[in-house]
Amino acid sequence: MTQAEKERRFQEKIDKEIKIEPNDWMPDEYRQTLVRQISQHAHSEIVGMLPEGNWITRAPNLRRKAVLLAKVQDEAGHGLYLYSAVETLGTSREQTIDDLHSGKAKYSSIFNYPALTWADIGAIGWLVDGAAIMNQVALCRTSYGPYARAMVKICKEESFHQRQGYESLMKLCSGTPQQKAMAQDAMNRFWWPALMMFGPSDAASTHSDQSIKWKIKRFTNDELRQSFVDATVEQAQILGLTIPDPNLKWNEERGHYDFSEINWDEFWQVVKGNGPCNKERLAARVKAKEEGMWVREAATAFAKKRAMKQSA
Amino acid sequence: MQQPALFEYVLRIADDSLILGQRLGEWCGHGPILEEDIAMTNIALDLIGQSISLYDFAAELEGTGKNHDQLAYLRYENEYKNILLVEQPNGDFAMTILRQFFFDAFRLPFYEALMQSPVAQLAAVAAKSVKETRYHLKHTSEWVIRMGDGTDESHQRAQSAIDHLWRYTNELFYENEVDQTLQAEGKVPALSAIRTQWLSTVTNVLSEATLQIPTNDWKFDGGREGRHSEHMGYILSDLQYMQRAYPNMEW
Repeated sequence: MTQAEKERRFQEKIDKEIKIEPNDWMPDEYRQTLVRQISQHAHSEIVGMLPEGNWITRAPNLRRKAVLLAKVQDEAGHGLYLYSAVETLGTSREQTIDDLHSGKAKYSSIFNYPALTWADIGAIGWLVDGAAIMNQVALCRTSYGPYARAMVKICKEESFHQRQGYESLMKLCSGTPQQKAMAQDAMNRFWWPALMMFGPSDAASTHSDQSIKWKIKRFTNDELRQSFVDATVEQAQILGLTIPDPNLKWNEERGHYDFSEINWDEFWQVVKGNGPCNKERLAARVKAKEEGMWVREAATAFAKKRAMKQSA
Repeated sequence: MQQPALFEYVLRIADDSLILGQRLGEWCGHGPILEEDIAMTNIALDLIGQSISLYDFAAELEGTGKNHDQLAYLRYENEYKNILLVEQPNGDFAMTILRQFFFDAFRLPFYEALMQSPVAQLAAVAAKSVKETRYHLKHTSEWVIRMGDGTDESHQRAQSAIDHLWRYTNELFYENEVDQTLQAEGKVPALSAIRTQWLSTVTNVLSEATLQIPTNDWKFDGGREGRHSEHMGYILSDLQYMQRAYPNMEW
């Protein structure tokens, strides 16, 4: 079969909504795109544990502490499924993680912003997980089978994360003026970075067209960003929080909210590594890997010894 | 208060769980393997869950209308009755696992015995927690064996952790008039029988791990009387931060 014929058949499957499975033929670029996207997603889960993990020891009551522990544990689990999904494409977890540490692979820039107050934990749940869900719900129908199946499970847990974040902010917004101000401050700091989570605008996105054709992505960055804004405005009103955008208003004609242009300079600066916490986040991951080296070596050495004993 | 000895006893178990859960929570996102991040968070979650049930019961016994958070968050350092072992710093992974192993090896037979208590609330917490603790002990035992019988480095790290922590293990069996009162009433188990089971678990696991029980029998205690190590104040400054900085607010 010629290359062109293989590609034609591959696209035919995609068009018929037949999932691509690990042993199926796929174009190299499809494989690379998936490795890039899924590993980026996995790294986001793992790096995302850090800002929230910071607050586990300071959670204001036992119930919140337990919920936060459960949430961060879920995120580690998501990282695990997603690294496994990357492995089905022929790239080991070790290699994927090395790419993160060398700076070759990216993760969601949102986690390069600091979690300064308890309200930030609520805002991360509501806005950050909310934005993530917009992306992820669409990914449940992505063309690569293992990725789509991982996303179904992840989405269920993410919607619990978003609800707990919203519920936590609800408590602050119905509390004292000081608590309400803490919630508004978190909203002010997280709103724009949350909108940036959908990536560059469609005009500036280098990977979008091909990904849509291959049904890796079902919607463009701008479409998903708009859906998120439309869904979130009313939720903010219920909380009594102000979205920090003077140009936010309903556009009858478009049937959507209009909003200001994102500060793309800030977006690219953070992507390039110049966000408030880029260095700290990566350093924490590298440190965990280095300090855990002897543990992994011990586990390997022990497994070998046991295997030898059994075969002896 | 109707039953001051029982109140004190429940607080001890609750504080052991809370402080150890708090320590494990510090690992979150920094574990040596992703699977261990999940496992340690899971153990922390179980311990915090146990502490909630126990503080609820303690609050009921105290009878002043407090809730579990007021007990967990708003006492002074010398009012916490956890043992010194659980407040020791995480150190490296070997230190964390050995601390947890010594604790789990105690907690399992302790909860098994406590399930027989005629105090219904204690028996219920024990029955729920015993299942969780069985998993914790299995997990930590496996790691002790892996580290001890892994590489030279892991063996040496595990042995150092044992040598360091051994002095805190005696306090697991600390008894005073609180225990005597409750044991006389037949409400709680004698810790001497549990010590035998603990020592047997520890001896078996360390032997399989090719690790040594220290000959040094230097012993520390004080936690049960509210005399803690220097670490405790820092643990509480994190734990209590929100409640102290923003008093009387709901979260």
